[in-house]
Formats: sequence, structure tokens, C-alpha cells
Amino acid sequence: MVESSLQTGYVKHAPGFVENEGPKLITSRFKHADSFTLDKYLSTGGYEGLKSSLNRSPGQVHDEVREASLLGRGGAGFPAGIKWGFPPEGVWPRYLVVNGDESEIGTYKDRLLMERDPHQLIEGVLIACYALGLSQAFLYVRGEMALAQERIALALDEAYEAGYIGKNILDTKFSVDVVMHWGAGAYIVGEETALIESLEGKRGMPRLKPPYFPAAIGLYGKPTIVNNVETLSNLPWILNNGASAYKGFGSESSPGTRMFAISGHVKRPGVYEVEHGVTTFRELFYGDNFCRGIRDDNELKMFIPGGGSAPWFFQEQLDLPLEASAVGAAGSMLGSGAMVVMDETTDAVKACLSVVRFFARESCGKCSPCREGTTWEEKILQRILDGDGRPSDIDLLLDIGDNISPGPYPAAAFSDEGLDAVPFPPSQTTICPLGPSSVAPIVSAIRRFRNEFDSLITRRDPIPLSLEVEKVVT
Amino acid sequence: MAFFNEENEEIAKEIVGRYPVARSALIPLLHLAQEQEGWITKPAMEQIAELTDTTSVEVLGTGTFYEMFKFHPVGKYLIKVCTNISCQLLGADELFEHVKTALDVEEGSTTEDGLFTFEEAECVAACTEAPCFTVNYRYFHRATPELFDEVVVDLKAGESPLSKGCADDQGVMPKHGTLSRVRQQIPKTRSAGIKHPEEIKGPPSWIEEVV
Repeated sequence: MVESSLQTGYVKHAPGFVENEGPKLITSRFKHADSFTLDKYLSTGGYEGLKSSLNRSPGQVHDEVREASLLGRGGAGFPAGIKWGFPPEGVWPRYLVVNGDESEIGTYKDRLLMERDPHQLIEGVLIACYALGLSQAFLYVRGEMALAQERIALALDEAYEAGYIGKNILDTKFSVDVVMHWGAGAYIVGEETALIESLEGKRGMPRLKPPYFPAAIGLYGKPTIVNNVETLSNLPWILNNGASAYKGFGSESSPGTRMFAISGHVKRPGVYEVEHGVTTFRELFYGDNFCRGIRDDNELKMFIPGGGSAPWFFQEQLDLPLEASAVGAAGSMLGSGAMVVMDETTDAVKACLSVVRFFARESCGKCSPCREGTTWEEKILQRILDGDGRPSDIDLLLDIGDNISPGPYPAAAFSDEGLDAVPFPPSQTTICPLGPSSVAPIVSAIRRFRNEFDSLITRRDPIPLSLEVEKVVT
Repeated sequence: MAFFNEENEEIAKEIVGRYPVARSALIPLLHLAQEQEGWITKPAMEQIAELTDTTSVEVLGTGTFYEMFKFHPVGKYLIKVCTNISCQLLGADELFEHVKTALDVEEGSTTEDGLFTFEEAECVAACTEAPCFTVNYRYFHRATPELFDEVVVDLKAGESPLSKGCADDQGVMPKHGTLSRVRQQIPKTRSAGIKHPEEIKGPPSWIEEVV
């Protein structure tokens, strides 16, 4: 029987997580082979946060979360406690949709949280439902993540059986159903209004704004809170230990810890739980406690600091702290916590195309600047790479980018040029940020490595300029 | 004529019952249909439309948006090779070319024996274990051409290659269409009760709304 053998844990954890030194708020159970079972969860302090919540009024629980300044971990970094306050008064029912449709390039913290500690997520879901009076919760797991779906389904069954979910939870008046839902392969569904459309059984296309937050009009036209898996996984710890203890970690504006997935040309790639705001990129890439340097001790050429949508950073940004405001002011974002490190052997044009092609394929097709623009970007980059580029192509690429995202595109600061960064996020002519995201790698690559584009177009060897910077009017 | 077999029809009805509005079950039911048949057939769409209170055109229109749904027969094993940035940096292009040559098919098509369909994948969320490929959405990490060949040998011999995959899975490789091998069960006695949104007027019982 598949179920029982899955339950006894013969399917081991998928690799990826690296246990290092430092505070472990949400990954404390990851080291156990049976971390996904209810038994293990209960023996390691599980569901205590829920019990502690049920002893308080829903309003008090909400206050605790607001006080903790827990920032959303999906990409935008919006404070969860404030988002929770958006549903208009007197409108019921209200729903919770858990965003587990993790598909951003380089990102995979949520998959590990769902696979390794599903009960922690479920407890977070229950705490949110209790605090906000939500009628039902939907756990939207990305379609391709079969193992995560298995672990979540098992955990939900166990939690129902044991009385943690369903009618009269732990013999209180609190009753809620949690349903696992799964997607079918569409990156755009990670956008919260597209997620809701998909959950309603429609094509996953983002809704026109306003309303800006589905907290006003969401699932079935009712107030809906959409929270990321990692955000909710923090709740049990916060309710157990209190907001002030939570703020003891990280920096003032970004408390707690975050999960970062660092991939690419580093010696020890992995997903790490890192104290928010105090660690720098340099420590993360070179530190013994983290990635231990670039492969073959090569030079770092560039890195993506927060998912494929983020403008690239270079050596001079290595000493920035991992804090949303600092990274934003420098012209990029921490986004989904995905970093891709590229060493000196990397072809900048090829890397750029790889990221752009992703957005071209994943564009939902609703807004023409993105639907047409991303495809053009892909085609032009492909022909440059194939050696068929035209001299006007570089300007054309920037022009298309300007149509999707008018005005100066956020870019990393070039201090040696006396240039300040244009802070993130960019302006957009589209409903959602997918289109502008495709502009990030293009602006980053052209600004810094224009010589590589030029050499492909003119079919001459590049003039070695990799450490110098050329001015580009964007 | 009904598409779903008796067992799956029960499951389908149960899934519809979990949602306040039937249409929400549309994507899960498409998965169920794909699990039964390997791809989405016309009778499947017609029955899903009946079950979710939509039309078969709406089912088709929704389904085609999502790339996991196949509207034509595909191989027993769907092989997807990730070529996105993290994998590309560590050799995905070579792996991609190898798979193409080894299976002797173009990307997006199926081998003549109907065993394998080969597709290029978008980021599969295993970037630190690059390069990756998946077989029926089961992960194979830090993949080499040799690992891929071993997996193909196993599959051709009717053996499960899952233990060579990421999670030392001793189970049987499910056929294309099966995602989770476990289905969530909500016991009727434990359910809080699913209601249509219009049937709910006020806050739930544990909330005392401040007026």
C-alpha cells in the first residue's frame, strides 16, 4: 500500500537544504527524516502555537502578528499583519488562499517547507483562519511538485484525524476546512489575482487593478487573504515565542529569518535559513557557514539577487545587507529569495536569453506589451546569439523594454560612474509585473556587458572590458 | 457516455463537494481525467463540464491555458529537461542534446514505441541540484547523461528508476497523469461544512464582530 509506506517515511527528503549555524525558526525540523509526520511534529512542539492562539481572542492573535512586522515572503515583502487588516468590515465570508505555486526562476524554499514540514504550514494556516475568521482555506500547491502534494495530503489527513482541522478544532468553537488544491503548470498563477482566477476554475490571468488587494474582492468576489507558504510557516514560532522574541532576530525593518536558495557557480549551493537584514551577499557567497566561494575560485561576474525578475547585481554590490530596503535602494530586490551566482566564464548574452525566454513563454497573453514584447525580446536575443544580430538590435531591445516598463528601468548603481540606482520596482504598462520582469536581465546585461553584445553582432572578439562600465542611455 | 470509471466518478464528486463553488474543481478534475487516460479526451471534458456546472468549451478553454494538460496522447513517461538559468549554468544544454539524441526525438514529440515524450521544462524548483530532469514529475538531480541512460534502461525494462532519483523513493514509477500518489480524504464527520459563499451571511461563530 503506497500510503502506509509513504507514511513510514521510505521516501526520503529531496536534497537542497543545507544545515548551517545560525537561528532556525522555520527549518528546525528539517534535519529529521520523519519531520513531515504528525508524531514528530507533536514531539517537537507542534501545534502549541495554535493552542496558544485559541487561548487568546482572534484580535489578540492578529495584534501579535502585526507587532512582529512579519514581511510577506512571496516577493513583494508586504507586511502580513497589515494585509490581514484589509478586508472591508462586515463582509463575510472570507477565505484564505495559500500561495504554494512557487515557480520563479531559482526559487525553491516553499517546496522544501511543504515537503519537510507540512504541519508547520498547516498550523500557520489555522492560526491565520482563527485570527481573521476565515471560512475555508485552500492550499494551492504547484502542479509539478508531486512529492510536496503527497506530503501535504498526508499531513492534512493526519491533522483532520487528530482533530486539528475540521469541526470544533480542539473542542473549541473554531471550525475550518483546509483543502489541498493543485495547479497545472503556469508561472503567472503565482500572481495573487491570477491564483484566485485559477482557483475559481478559470485561466490563470491576473485581474485588472484596482482593487489592488484581493483582501477586498477576491475568491468568489469575497474578501480573500493570499499568503505565501513561508510567511505562514513563521506563524507557529511567532505565536509560541512572541513578537518581541521574533524581532530579536534580523534587523529593525526586516525582522526574523528568511530562506534563501543560492544556486549556480558556488561551491556549496543550497537553501539556507539566514538571519534577515544582517548578513551580506559576500558572507552568503563566500562565507564558510554558507556557500564557501565560487567554483574553481573563479571571479564573480554577476548574480541575480532575488529571482529572475530582479535586476542583476555585480561585485560592487556584494557588501549590501540582505535587507529589502537596502537592496531596493541599490536598484534591485530580494524578491523570492532566489540567488543565482554566475562566474567569469558565463556568457552574459546567453544568460540573459535564458531568463527572458522564461518570461516570454510564461506570459499569459492578456496585455499586449508583454505578450508581444517578451516574444520580440526573445527572438532578438536569439538572433544576436546565433550571430545574426543587427547593429540596431541593442537599441531595439531597450526600446521594447521601455514600452513594457516606461522610464528609467531600475538598475544597480555604478558608483564609479557617479550614478545612483533607480530604486525598484519599475513602472509598467501591464496589469502585472511579469512583463517588466523580462526587462531586468536585458537592461542589466546591456548596461554592463554591451561589449559582449557588440562582439556577437560585429562578429569580432570582444574587447576585454568586463570590469569597466559603459554608459547607456536607457 | 460517462468518461470516468466508477471509482473515479465517486472521487470526482467528492472533490467537487470540497469547494464552495463547483467550478473550482475544474483543474483537479482535469488532473483526474489525465490520471485515468494519460491525456484529456473529449468525453472527459464533457463529463467534467457536467460535474462543474460549466460547458465543455469552458473546460477546454481553461485546460489549454495550463501546460501540464495534454490534449493529445503522450508517452507513458513524460521526460522534462530543465534548461533554465541555474541548470543551464551547470550543463543543461549538453543534457538536453543528449536526451534528444538518446531518444531520437525532437523536443515536444513522442518516441515511436509510445514510451517517452520529451519536453523542455521551465524552472522545476530544484536549482541548487542542477542540472535536473523529471520523469512524470519525479525529480532526478545533478543529472548526467549516464544517469539519464540508466533511467531509460530501467523504464524500458519495466523497472522503477525512482530510487535513482532525488528522494531514494522505493515506489513504482506512476504512469503519466498521476501526480500525488496520496489523495486527501476529508472525513464527513470531521468536515466543518462547505457552504456556497452566498449562504454565509455573518462572521463565523468564534468571531464577535465589533460594530
